[in-house]
Amino acid sequence: MATVEKATVSPVTIGGTRGGPDQPTVRKDRWWLQPVVTATVLTSFVVYATWAAFVNKDYYVGATEHRDLISPFYSPCLAGSCVPGSHPHIVLSQWMISPAILILIVPLGFRLTCYYYRRAYYRSFWLSPPNCAVADAHGSYSGETRFPLILQNVHRWFFYLGLILNVILTIDAVVSYNQPGIGIGVTVGSLVLTVNAVLLWCYSLSCHSCRHLCGGQVRSFAKHPIRYRLWKFVTPLNAHHMNFAWASLVFVALTDLYVRLVASGTITDFRLF
Amino acid sequence: MTTEPAALASEPETATAPVADTTDSTVTLQVWRGDPDGGAFAEYSLPANEGEVVLDVVHRLQAGPAPDLACRWNCKAGKCGSCSAEINGRPRLMCMTRVDELPPGPITVAPMRTFPIIRDLVTDVSFNFAMAKLVPAFSPPPPPAEGYRMQQIDVERGQEFRKCIECFMCQDVCHVIRDHEENKPAYAGPRFFIRIAELEMHPLDTNDRRDLVRQQMGLGMCNITKCCTEVCPEHIKITDNAIIPMKERVVDADFDPVGWLGRKILRRSKTSPTETAAISAYPGPSPSAPAG
Amino acid sequence: MPEYETHRYDVIVIGAGGAGLRAAIEARARGLRTALVCKSLLGKAHTVMAEGGVAAAMGNVYSEDNWQVHFRDTMRGGKYLNNWRMAQLHAQEAPDRVYELESWGALFDRTKDGRILQRDFGGHRYARLAHVGDRTGLELIRTLQQRAVHMDIDVFMECKVLRLLTDGDGAVSGAIGYWRPTGDMVVFESKATVLATGSIGRSYTYTSNSWESTGDGHAMAMWAGADVIEMECVQFHPTGMVWPLSVRGLLVTEGVRGDGGALKNSEDRRFMFDYIPEMFRAETADTEEEADAWYEDHINYRRTPDLLPRDEVARAINSEVKAGRGSPHGGVYLDIASRRSPEYIRRRLPSMYHQFMELAGVDITSEPMEVGPTCHYMMGGVRVDADTEASTVPGLFAAGEVAGGMHGANRLGGNSLSDLLVFGRRAGIGASDYAEGRSGEPSVSPAEIEEVVADALSPFGRDGGENPYDIHQDLQSCMQALVGIIRTGSELEQALEKLEELKERTGKVSVSGGRAYNPGWNLATDLPSMLTVSTAIAQGALHRKESRGGHTRDDYPGPDPELGKVNFVQRQNAQRGYAAPVQITPEPLPQMPAELQALLEEGH
Repeated sequence: MATVEKATVSPVTIGGTRGGPDQPTVRKDRWWLQPVVTATVLTSFVVYATWAAFVNKDYYVGATEHRDLISPFYSPCLAGSCVPGSHPHIVLSQWMISPAILILIVPLGFRLTCYYYRRAYYRSFWLSPPNCAVADAHGSYSGETRFPLILQNVHRWFFYLGLILNVILTIDAVVSYNQPGIGIGVTVGSLVLTVNAVLLWCYSLSCHSCRHLCGGQVRSFAKHPIRYRLWKFVTPLNAHHMNFAWASLVFVALTDLYVRLVASGTITDFRLF
Repeated sequence: MTTEPAALASEPETATAPVADTTDSTVTLQVWRGDPDGGAFAEYSLPANEGEVVLDVVHRLQAGPAPDLACRWNCKAGKCGSCSAEINGRPRLMCMTRVDELPPGPITVAPMRTFPIIRDLVTDVSFNFAMAKLVPAFSPPPPPAEGYRMQQIDVERGQEFRKCIECFMCQDVCHVIRDHEENKPAYAGPRFFIRIAELEMHPLDTNDRRDLVRQQMGLGMCNITKCCTEVCPEHIKITDNAIIPMKERVVDADFDPVGWLGRKILRRSKTSPTETAAISAYPGPSPSAPAG
Repeated sequence: MPEYETHRYDVIVIGAGGAGLRAAIEARARGLRTALVCKSLLGKAHTVMAEGGVAAAMGNVYSEDNWQVHFRDTMRGGKYLNNWRMAQLHAQEAPDRVYELESWGALFDRTKDGRILQRDFGGHRYARLAHVGDRTGLELIRTLQQRAVHMDIDVFMECKVLRLLTDGDGAVSGAIGYWRPTGDMVVFESKATVLATGSIGRSYTYTSNSWESTGDGHAMAMWAGADVIEMECVQFHPTGMVWPLSVRGLLVTEGVRGDGGALKNSEDRRFMFDYIPEMFRAETADTEEEADAWYEDHINYRRTPDLLPRDEVARAINSEVKAGRGSPHGGVYLDIASRRSPEYIRRRLPSMYHQFMELAGVDITSEPMEVGPTCHYMMGGVRVDADTEASTVPGLFAAGEVAGGMHGANRLGGNSLSDLLVFGRRAGIGASDYAEGRSGEPSVSPAEIEEVVADALSPFGRDGGENPYDIHQDLQSCMQALVGIIRTGSELEQALEKLEELKERTGKVSVSGGRAYNPGWNLATDLPSMLTVSTAIAQGALHRKESRGGHTRDDYPGPDPELGKVNFVQRQNAQRGYAAPVQITPEPLPQMPAELQALLEEGH
């Protein structure tokens, strides 16, 4: 057997003169477009989501309207102040501010520590770097080695919690097909909730932590055939993680908006059949 | 393949329509000429030839107006990874970049930015050879009488990383060392993260390199902004298939309370003896010696 | 007195491709002070270009395969001009070398039961090539490189060796070269020196070889007084790219045909059926149905003529193009698109797919490729002892493409990577044994060093002299036109005259700029090797008045049984150097033992 036990390292000299012009980038294409678009979309979402979370009304359409539609921002609605009908069986009766705050911490943490969003906001907000071969806007850099960024490593715990929320939102979507006083049927609202749940599942299952936990962590696939099949299933999803990240982000906001518009009476949830 | 939504995609390097007729047109190259004492872009114009790559134009410059223009190249087929340069500001192999795919106008060709310049387009890439020594060797168990057996599904994982042609463009584009010279002693770079991943995913290997990759090779410095993947001429999914899986393996070792508890209860060490030896032999980042 | 740095080693290995790395690993494993000197960065050597695989009779796919069959295939492919002992050692030891690579971390493609998968290749009776997709050379060099990294081998990268140095008794005692980044001179003193410098392809216009393949080792060995053999045997790979012009000559792996690709002319005819030579008729399919069935069943069907040895296929393509049945850019069609599924093609031939997609804009999963012959491999080289790789000069060893004899008049695909491993290791052992047995420290002559340095730097001292790029281009055109795939006596004589002219011009080369990384000067220092090697090729070709393997004479179209019993041996006697004459003499081939002779006659 030939194991080399020692890891010797030649000294790395630093500070040599570099070639090329001393300017942040030589790129002539519109490299700034990508970070600008990312920052714009993310900022818009954060602004909308913050407003929607704190406004604490119009998040549920109940039996009076012959519907059972709840905004994903408010489900499960755990506070004592929740609108009648939106409650699950467990409630925190002492919680006085918006019930959205209770649960939004989970998707917020999941997306904040997501490997794709990290890339997106490190580039577009932190400009570290704004784009490839464009200089980092910061003088020093320690990556994710120190507090607070070392906390990015808790991603998988948000992934687990996110799965629980996905189950609840799936139940929400299923029950939305039952229209109190009318019976089983399909409305635009139930379809919106369904698509939202599907996209959230796609986003969660395509997550890099999920791929790792399914089978990525094993040394030999041949010795773990079931985990290999799971890994094989999530790997193509993982390739589209970025697409699912954006699609589910935008759609969850649209879902909230739709429920909000119906709940506030601005529009009527159209019954298809 | 991950594809950016249309609105988010970086501007394509490719011109929307290739220049239809290149026979009468000229190609203009702005090439970095210089050495450690300084340099500047020099502009050259030549008649364009059909189907040419940037390296062809550089060769024609050498045979004509600039016989001492320094550039590395070997195979001219994208297989050896020698002719890395920054074309229009982006790391690319000169031998695989067709002139008629670039937008019209002068083409800038500069040396890799991250490494010290030797002359013109040639840089001192010894950083990478120093880092290569940091990776403990593959250590399989002794072979059984009938030879090792491995399944295709297992070797394919490592084979993706072994496609690496060591062009070092991932190292070049990585802002951790591109924009922060002082990080060099503590950061091995994407090329060596895929090497570590390859060994960690080798079905026969017996080492555990997770502490090494976190503590000495600076895996945590990577903020997964994915430029290494974008520039890889072999289309290795460096970030998705190597760096993130390695980060997750480090989480298994260091940031997973369930795993930690399990090891406490079972009194298991998370590092193998070989890895412990490798780590203790590592002298730590060398004091920075400013070079000339 | 010129300035230079001096390094002292037990063994220096010149060239860091597969053979050089393998030799250095062996010498270092013996505990000897070992240096590896290479013209490029470590890991960039031409070995990375090898695509198809390593030929080794492991019998993983066809258990009928064994070293005897491999030996017979090699000898037949080489038209019996091979050094039988090398062919024997090669066939016997190749499997061990492949398994060794695996234990060093190489990841070969697998069979269903987890063993190393083997693929079909031209001239090999059974599927025999251990491979990694179509980038086996990269796997081989990276594995050896990663092995070497931890062995404390001193690597001198981007260091061009100019000349071997000898002691008073004519034994090789080191070498002199320069650092390309600085242009500073460097002298090595070594007890044993291994040449592993690879090929000579840069003497031709259309070649699959990289710039490094200038025949430095062939030339330096001759300048040191060593014998070279069979220099006329240059292999033109049948399938190189022909378009765009800038990539003309770039290799298209034989694996395309091994995996089902077929050659067709402009009339869509599979013309290889018209070119089956007598020697291979018994084992080659004569209908398309049989040829296609063979891919699945090698036992009951005969092999496709698309996979005849390379010399046969290259000549056939040449004839088709000459007869006006070529493709628009002067090649023929290689079609796998209509024969295999896109997924299969992308999985088996990933780098071919990319190469055509990115460089030619051709999608090989839906269109045929255009291909034509390209200068690919040098069968001839330094005459060595089969067991130790010792040259005819003490202290000098050679392995890999720079060594001659192993492949005879034509090399089978896949036999080069196994050659590197088998004889790289043997050269390492041979050199180590020699170094351990050599008494005292080697001595080199300061006067010789001074002369080499003055020669090398002389282009800086001239003004308005010859441009090295022009000379190189003229050399390439001369060799391509006059000493190419089909040769005739008068053209060869013309070439030799032209080469003398070029030598004279080389004496007047001038270069501008400084010594640091100056490609013009670097090329000027490569010219002498290319000229010596080209002269040897042309001279050998003129003397071998027959057609055999890679050497085809228009004026002597058939083989001559008498010439099949001799090697043409070339050397420089008293006068050495690129300007000095080269002597040539026919010498009988080594005598093959009866039991091996019987193997050859066994037939099928």
